[in-house]
Amino acid sequence: MAETAISHGHDVGHGAHSSTGLSNNKLGMWMFLGSECLLFGGLISTYMLYKGRVNAGPQPDQIFDIPFTSVSSFILLMSSLTMVLAVSAAQRKDERNMNLWLVITALLGATFVGGQVYEFTAFYREGLGFTTSLFGSSFYTLTGFHGVHVSVGIIMLMALVGMNRNKRIPGDRAEVVELVGLYWHFVDIVWIIIFTLVYLIPS
Amino acid sequence: MTIIDRPSTDVAIAGGAPAGVKPSEALGVFKRPAASTSWRDWVVTVDHKKLGIMYGVTAFFFFIVGGVEALLIRLQLIAPDGKVLNADQYNQMFTMHATTMVFLFVMPMAAAFANYFVPLQIGARDVAFPRLNAFGFWCFLFGGLFLNSSWFLGGGADGGWFMYAPNSSTLFSPSLGIDFWTLGLQITGIASLTGAINLIVTVLNMRAPGMKMMRMPIFTWMVLVTQFLLLFAIPVITVALFLLTFQRSFDATFFDVASGADPLLWQHLFWIFGHPEVYIMILPSFGIISEVLPVFSKKPLFGYPIVAMSGAAIGFVGWGVWAHHMFASGLGPVSVTVFSMATMAIAVPTGVKIVNWVMTMWGGKLSFTVPMLFAIALVVQFTIGGLSGVTHAVAPSDTQQTDTYYIVAHFHYVLFGGAVFGLFSGFYYWWPKMFRRQLNEGLGKWNFWLMVIGMNLTFGPMHILGLQGQPRRMGVWTEARAGEGFFNFGFWNQIASIGSFILGFGVLLFLVNVIYTHKSKKVAISPLDPWDARTLEWMTHNPPQEHNFDTIPTVGHLDEFFHRKYETDASTHAVKQVHSAEEVMAELNAHPDEHIHMPSRSYWPILLALSLPVIAYGLIYNRMLMAVGAAMTLLTMFGWSMEPSTSPDDDFDPPAPGEGGGHTKELSPLG
Repeated sequence: MAETAISHGHDVGHGAHSSTGLSNNKLGMWMFLGSECLLFGGLISTYMLYKGRVNAGPQPDQIFDIPFTSVSSFILLMSSLTMVLAVSAAQRKDERNMNLWLVITALLGATFVGGQVYEFTAFYREGLGFTTSLFGSSFYTLTGFHGVHVSVGIIMLMALVGMNRNKRIPGDRAEVVELVGLYWHFVDIVWIIIFTLVYLIPS
Repeated sequence: MTIIDRPSTDVAIAGGAPAGVKPSEALGVFKRPAASTSWRDWVVTVDHKKLGIMYGVTAFFFFIVGGVEALLIRLQLIAPDGKVLNADQYNQMFTMHATTMVFLFVMPMAAAFANYFVPLQIGARDVAFPRLNAFGFWCFLFGGLFLNSSWFLGGGADGGWFMYAPNSSTLFSPSLGIDFWTLGLQITGIASLTGAINLIVTVLNMRAPGMKMMRMPIFTWMVLVTQFLLLFAIPVITVALFLLTFQRSFDATFFDVASGADPLLWQHLFWIFGHPEVYIMILPSFGIISEVLPVFSKKPLFGYPIVAMSGAAIGFVGWGVWAHHMFASGLGPVSVTVFSMATMAIAVPTGVKIVNWVMTMWGGKLSFTVPMLFAIALVVQFTIGGLSGVTHAVAPSDTQQTDTYYIVAHFHYVLFGGAVFGLFSGFYYWWPKMFRRQLNEGLGKWNFWLMVIGMNLTFGPMHILGLQGQPRRMGVWTEARAGEGFFNFGFWNQIASIGSFILGFGVLLFLVNVIYTHKSKKVAISPLDPWDARTLEWMTHNPPQEHNFDTIPTVGHLDEFFHRKYETDASTHAVKQVHSAEEVMAELNAHPDEHIHMPSRSYWPILLALSLPVIAYGLIYNRMLMAVGAAMTLLTMFGWSMEPSTSPDDDFDPPAPGEGGGHTKELSPLG
């Protein structure tokens, strides 16, 4: 059953029939990520414009807890490493390790999102609401959008594990894992930019 | 929902009657829908040609909606002290007219042609992601209906199509119109984004053997550039729309000037999207007439690589000119100078194209068919609009013109005289390909001339009105303020209004022509190659079979079809026809591919798209409904990913007995 479906995947999916040599799916994912750059570009620009505009409530440097966010950033970056290990296991057809690393990646991602939820709660208690100031609105919007991206990534990872268990990953499995990996690394890279611009560079 | 098994007729098999087929065990929640001839097939189809037609029909419907809105605007201004609309209705009317024409007519109509003809022009059997393609169409339809449902739920958006902040805040626009506007455009934006990814991958990846980039028809080239513009422009408007939604629905402060917000933020975000958007609308039409002009001039396109590259150049430079929409906002001299220069620069590749089109016609054997007339009209009218555009690039002059009717005149010359004429040229040119019948030439000429005369009568006087100072979006004029003399504001407004009704009548004649062509017994079936065309889409049946090509052609030339029909004598350079279109087709299809597996139909695209307006209504009316919509989205996405894009092999007909190894051609795995 699934095996025959896979044979379909190989056909256009790989080299021979595609004009660029990249599979349709991979090229499509790259295009999507290119588009996402502009999405975060717009959100980051909005934040950079508004970060100093605090009419009410706390200033950025009054509430940011750099050590805490550094730790959660480190956890997110480590999840990129485990994602690479998952892709590599998938390419070696090492199913056990692939599942293991996918789950660990998802857990690391969930830890990051959990940290973000904690951070948002703490900021809210310290007086920074979504509507408090321009800084508040743009901070929550930018980091919130990133958090939603990480959460979507976690859903994709868990779906991969579940679908793999039922042998329902269509097409080339190693490539599907790689595509989720591309998305995951992209979200991590965006966080490096956000962390630097929002937390590290003083306003 | 009816659940149908897959009958064997579902499978497209070239050369050979299908034998028995084993209906598949569905991998998703539903069994896969099967082919049928009823309306159901249109709901579950993933065929790029059917989706192209659906895009076209829906876009034309919205064209009429937007056209009626335009006529109401002109009716209001036909006489002093207009009483047709009150001020509030007038605001809604011009906002929704522009929004409908831009997002629900020109863009999706270009998508209709792109969907239908790009795979045919590059020699592919379908697009890269067929289900995503269907999803895009349904997002466009539901987004458009959602947007227009605001008319019945408290009134349409009223902030003008660029919805400047802070005028778009709940303080100045308390009705729900703008909420419908932001969410509706968000949904149609998803359609554009998925369409862009799909078409880019299709063009880059699925070209027939030998179809190098520099052998692609110009229409395909222009669609490719357009899709890249969409890919990078849509996320920017997405951000802007999210910020506005958060402001209006969740009291965020992004455009709240009292909290220190900068109203220019919206303007920048909107126009970073908005200016590429202008090229998104015009480039597909440029592509269409670059196909039409050579065919009816009996000459190859003059300077093909230059036309392709100037299109790409417009695409690049188009990102650096957005602030010319904001010259009056006080950007400062440096910004104004830079954007002024860039705007003048972009006129160069555009002018290059016009030169190429004129040189294509120069010395050609012109035949003035209706598609050719529309194409020539585009060259003429767009040039007028382009020249008034260059006057906006000069910042001091633009400061005088900003928010006057001169601007309205300019963009209607480039959009109606440019984009819309190109689309009409495409209707007449490709109608026999899509529907087997040629639209009536006589009615078509009436259609054409009424549209050209109507358009110039409507938008021509607006130059004069604008330069004399009539503000854009002015809802009422009075006799006392119309000025002195016979040729005063009142006179020109009346001319423009009369012109708009001539224009409307011209468009109506197109519909009459369509009905006449398909109802009248006198209209014969069109020959295979009615125009003596040059490109691959004409190497298929009229209309093309579901799998487009029995055999994928191997491409050796630009204008492949022409080179298969004609030979050039080496010594005399005389071109003579050596094969008829029928002979070329017969030769190509002498050894058809066997066992072509087309992507299978699916319920998921329409279901997933249906969940989006549920979320949007939920956001406006009831947060619980939003949760329901979000759950629908997740479930349908899950069902989608569980369903392989092409049914497994044992779903299809087994090879007929006695046949050896056929060439199995399959389409994309995911999507």
